[in-house]
Amino acid sequence: MKNIFIDAPPLTPDQAKLGRSKGYGDHPLDKYLKEGRIPHIWCSGCGIGIVLTAFIKALEKSGADPDKTVVVSGIGCSARSAGYLNLDTYHTTHGRAIPFATGVKLANPELNVVVISGDGDLFAIGGNHIIHAARRNIDLSIICVNNFTYGMTGGQGGPTTPVGAISTTTPYGASEYPFNLVYMAAAAGASYVARWTVLHTRELRDAMIDSMSKPGFSFIEAISPCPTAHARRNKLGSGLDIMRYYKEKSYLADELDRDETALGLADKIAIGKFVDVEKPTYLDMYNSHVADRAAQAAKKKKKKKK
Amino acid sequence: MENRAVLTGTHFINGDIACAEGGLAAGCRFFAGYPITPATEVAERMARRLPQVGGIYIQMEDELASMAAICGASCSGARPMTSTSGPGFSLMMENIGLAAMLETPCVIANIQRAGPSTGLPTLVGQQDVMQARWGSHGDYEIIALSPESPQEAFELTIDAFNLAEKYRVPVILLSDEIIGHMTEKVVIPHPDEIEIVKRRSPNIGPKDYAPYYPDEDDIPPMSTAGDGYHIHATGLTHNEHGYPDISADAQERLVQRLVRKIRSNADRIVRTENLYLDDAEVVMVSYGCSGRTTREVVETARADGMKVGMVRLITVWPFAEQLIRELAEQSSVGAFVVVEINSGQIALEVERCAGGNAETVLAGLMGGRMFAPDELYKVVKEAVL
Ligand SMILES: Cc1ncc(C[n+]2csc(CCOP(=O)(O)OP(=O)(O)O)c2C)c(N)n1
Ligand code: SF4
Ligand SMILES: [Mg+2]
Repeated sequence: MKNIFIDAPPLTPDQAKLGRSKGYGDHPLDKYLKEGRIPHIWCSGCGIGIVLTAFIKALEKSGADPDKTVVVSGIGCSARSAGYLNLDTYHTTHGRAIPFATGVKLANPELNVVVISGDGDLFAIGGNHIIHAARRNIDLSIICVNNFTYGMTGGQGGPTTPVGAISTTTPYGASEYPFNLVYMAAAAGASYVARWTVLHTRELRDAMIDSMSKPGFSFIEAISPCPTAHARRNKLGSGLDIMRYYKEKSYLADELDRDETALGLADKIAIGKFVDVEKPTYLDMYNSHVADRAAQAAKKKKKKKK
Repeated sequence: MENRAVLTGTHFINGDIACAEGGLAAGCRFFAGYPITPATEVAERMARRLPQVGGIYIQMEDELASMAAICGASCSGARPMTSTSGPGFSLMMENIGLAAMLETPCVIANIQRAGPSTGLPTLVGQQDVMQARWGSHGDYEIIALSPESPQEAFELTIDAFNLAEKYRVPVILLSDEIIGHMTEKVVIPHPDEIEIVKRRSPNIGPKDYAPYYPDEDDIPPMSTAGDGYHIHATGLTHNEHGYPDISADAQERLVQRLVRKIRSNADRIVRTENLYLDDAEVVMVSYGCSGRTTREVVETARADGMKVGMVRLITVWPFAEQLIRELAEQSSVGAFVVVEINSGQIALEVERCAGGNAETVLAGLMGGRMFAPDELYKVVKEAVL
């Protein structure tokens, strides 16, 4: 068969210049963003940008080596965070950020591997992966932006949508029980679990620093407004109104009680650090239980042969 | 067993174990998988062997995760591998598409069993041929190799790694239950005799590097996570800098290149075993376990005075288009008999390439067993008449 493909126009000189942009470098945190990537895609009043800023500040404050820090994301508005960061970043398939990150980490344990993705991505389509990664205690930091909906696709109901919430696929109000993400992460075996809202920028930043230095599986839930697809339909107000709501209704909880930490449409929000334990990571266990024993078995065999 | 990666010497092992040893000999130190008959022996061998040689075996929660994990490991510089069979192969499709899009070198061994669905877990099929080529959505090209013996399973697994690294593409070892479970002599050479091809890395600094800016041969050099290049890679259509570019122009540039980097190198990649083609009136085309029966039938037919030849596909994809076209035009050749355990997947390709210059006959089985030589002999005899 003769292949005739219609000619594709070559790169424009602008595109070929690595997307340089005017004003890049003026802000002291610009160095953590890839040049030419701003403006971002997020709506005004969206909380994802605050999560990204908290992460950048965590990078700065912790002194994490940007060359050795890798961010992996799935698909969704939250998952687009990866593409702005001036690090090695991988924007993968819907739900698969954690197994992809598992491969990145295990093939080079020296890397500090962070996953930033949404509630739908990590707990619906990727729900199986997150519980197994937590069970294995793989040394990953997971930052889950929970906006109670599928923002990217226009606001459908999902595994975190509170009972009664209106979405495009729950036009009469959601009837399913939602997941309690922090409770679930803890139950699955995470070494570190925290929940903050995007009002709590310093706490979020510090939790991110903790999670990156913590060996093992860390999980941070960042409660975040989606004015466009979730708040509007549920008459929760603007981004600013929702920040006010976070201020009024969030409170520091000192234990991870299942019912206390459950979230409703406009109820109180239990926040805080819920789990922070020391336990051997996946690789610690692999090395002590598998690699060392394999080496010993091989030695014994060799002796026998002689 | 010893803690050497390459078990130089003569062994009596099955095709699955040979495949695992081929991976180890090719430098595979990361395997993520999920058990499934008849591919479990590959994973089991890796679980035993990888820890001996400083590698990682991880059993993931499913094949979606296994495939995603090897994509990630590849980005960290590993030469990664997974193995599976039909039902798991279906689950891997999602991230085989990701591997094609991100251009992450990796190897997937599919030890085919008969389907559809759960089908015949313990019995042979060759029904995943088209799925291997186009099973993930969108458009892309991959490479698939089909071994006819444990020895070839060993050798082709090494080739699969080298091709994956050279062309930055997922490569599928399209084996089958018969070859996977067949025990034969396998000779493993000295490491010095094993060719290892490594991916091309950037020879410029991070400032000037664009991760999807290809060299002249359409293949972009690949940086490794952690090396300071700070790349972005996305399954979205992207420009040469790796950034999302949701436009028809970026789509044309990117997907044309993904297709072209394999198609324009097809003559370098395609491998076949050819037998008695010079004066052949009937050419049997086969691959994998069916190739073994076909060879025997060709020999018998020749002994009986019939002018029968054989093409055994070693690379199933890209397809040996040029060879089939030339044979169809060769004046002696009247017909192709395509022998495969499916309802005519490669037969479609042969018929297409024959272009009406020779007849195409399918000798098909729906799976569960190999062809018996006498059944094929009958088909050939009719074709010669
Ligand atoms: C396999 C697959 N199914 C569906 C989609 C469509 N899709 C894109 S983003 C998304 C939901 C994302 O929700 P969430 O993770 O909560 O992210 P948000 O946009 O809310 O930040 C869906 C369903 C997809 N990209 N891939
Ligand atoms: S749709 Fe919602 S989550 Fe997505 S960018 Fe807009 S406000 Fe943010
Ligand atoms: Mg969401």
